[in-house]
Amino acid sequence: MSDSRALKPLFQGAAVVLALGLTTLVLLATKAPPLAAYVNIARGAVGTVSVALDVLVAWVPLLLVTSGLLVTFTVGLWNIGIEGQITFGAIFATWALRSFQGGAASGAIDPALAIALSVLAGMAGGALWAMLVGALKTFGGVNEIFGGLGLNYVATALNLWLIFGPWKRPGVASMSGTVPFDKALWLPTINEQSRFAPIAVVLALVAIAVVFALIQGTYFGLRLKAVGKNPKAAYLLGIPTWQYTMASFAICGILAGLAGAVQVTSVYHRLIPSISSGYGYMGLMVSMLVNFSAAVAAPVALFFAALNVGSIQLPITLKLDSSLAGVLQGTLVLFVILAEGARMRFMKKGGRKA
Amino acid sequence: MSVDILLLGLAGVLASAGPVIFAAIGEAISERAGVINLSMNGMILLSAMGGFAAALATGSVVAGFAAGAAIGGAVAAVVAFSSITLKQSQVAVGFVLTLLCRDLSYFLGNPIMGQPGPRISMAPIPLLEGIPVLGPLFFRQDAMTYLSFVLIAAAWLFIYRTRPGLVLRGVGEKPAAAYARGANVGGLRYLYTILGGAIAGLAGPMYSLSIKAGWKGTISGLDGIGWIALAITIFGGWSPIKVALGAYLFAFLQWLGLVLQSALPGVPSQVLQVAPFPLMILTLLFVNLGNAEWVSNALARLPEKPRRALARLLRAMNAKPPAALGTPFEKD
Repeated sequence: MSDSRALKPLFQGAAVVLALGLTTLVLLATKAPPLAAYVNIARGAVGTVSVALDVLVAWVPLLLVTSGLLVTFTVGLWNIGIEGQITFGAIFATWALRSFQGGAASGAIDPALAIALSVLAGMAGGALWAMLVGALKTFGGVNEIFGGLGLNYVATALNLWLIFGPWKRPGVASMSGTVPFDKALWLPTINEQSRFAPIAVVLALVAIAVVFALIQGTYFGLRLKAVGKNPKAAYLLGIPTWQYTMASFAICGILAGLAGAVQVTSVYHRLIPSISSGYGYMGLMVSMLVNFSAAVAAPVALFFAALNVGSIQLPITLKLDSSLAGVLQGTLVLFVILAEGARMRFMKKGGRKA
Repeated sequence: MSVDILLLGLAGVLASAGPVIFAAIGEAISERAGVINLSMNGMILLSAMGGFAAALATGSVVAGFAAGAAIGGAVAAVVAFSSITLKQSQVAVGFVLTLLCRDLSYFLGNPIMGQPGPRISMAPIPLLEGIPVLGPLFFRQDAMTYLSFVLIAAAWLFIYRTRPGLVLRGVGEKPAAAYARGANVGGLRYLYTILGGAIAGLAGPMYSLSIKAGWKGTISGLDGIGWIALAITIFGGWSPIKVALGAYLFAFLQWLGLVLQSALPGVPSQVLQVAPFPLMILTLLFVNLGNAEWVSNALARLPEKPRRALARLLRAMNAKPPAALGTPFEKD
């Protein structure tokens, strides 16, 4: 066994080297200077205090959705509908903020309370959309991958319809989103220019800590794991599997909805067309990369957020598409999965010889 | 005159279903062998971009389609290697690949974005095109659409009427039994996953060299097609003819959406554009309803006659996946 532990970093190191190698080949294929591109990403992520704070701003929703996904993965579910759940959270939070706007301006309601209630509304919206996927799965036999994907597109359409229809800016509707909320309803940031809200970071850290404790240290978490490992055996042992499935969808949806609510109250201060920004799919990648364990999710999510923010400047400085971050993330996850398979195969072969 | 316009619209439906047919039948072949290739959505984007780039560089659409098939086969080979040789989760690798291929297509396709390029030309078949109704529908298409007609029949004949087709089904249903009868389960799964991927890889260039000619990056409007194709594979019960019917139904509904959009200006265009996705969920709900426990419980409480009729209806719609779908095969 000690051999396998020693070999693991070796295989993971090889995966990182291969991922970097393949991404470098992709860069060379477009006749782009690889080193300059990597330096550009690093500088774009940590070069100044302002961009480093932007990384933290991107880290919050990513860590929130990853926390939620770790719960659904514990039950063995692929909650690909997470993107729609973020969007629904954002829609519900926007609806609440719009309703409170008048009250907050006239002093009828405390702005802090209005923000808190709107965030709760966002969490409810995410949970609602997630439980719809769960209901389709448990009562209709629709695989959660397809149910979730379909509902992602529906949520996007609903979002666009709201932005271009009932909630459009006075005069002309546009891709830039709804009218920004009053400043009183923004989540407090460290200064006027920054989008960095310390409360949001605390929320994300609490979320991952709670999920870690829930899965590792509670009876509920143990039963979630039992359902994930062997639903039939869990059911025979008296665990109501469908209730645990629904509960895991609800928890994931709550955290995804929270991510959506944070995006509207602290980052954009309005509802925009691509409000989920692909954080849901990225959260799935982070979950796979950390092998579905909450222990190292926070630093890996931070790294992914840094890659995303770091690549924003690529189109301007090097005329490269910013999807390079996705290429690097994708090759990394792919090679880590392949390396894990190769390690298991290698050990099995070694075991047979011995 | 209006009949001519209707025929032209329906001929367009047959053509626009073509790529979905290639993708869904390719996936059906792969899944029949027991391997889910979930990379479809990103792979179609990458093969669309790669096919267009190859056709642009060589000036030949044939090279474009060859590049598309090669990309589809290569992506499928990664799925096959990780799931058959390394025994990793097919869903995990497929999902990573779908995102990776999408980002690769946007990154690599950046320099050729919006460029004009070659297109596949219409190839009406002499004499046959003159037949009333059938001529304009089936015989005034391009070569790839004809190929999609041929593929439906060929795939069906292969799967249900040949000995290798029987072995293919065996490998996906009862790999242990197929192995005991001398079939090389791992090798055949490699073969059919890569073959299915190559067939599905033709879908991308069908868009970028014909239906939505050119490469337009994130606004190509191809994101989502692969997921629809995967759902149609289930809807069609992994049978080429039913899969093709699903693809035609999808294309017909899309066309209907376009027609309705001009007729009903009150309905926002976003709603009709995503209409296929709730429909996808509903069709999956219908084909799976027969498997749900509460449905059989509810059925048992009904009187004899409606119960029988309902049960028969549910059974007719029910889709049952290959028994060994998604599970690795161990020789011992």
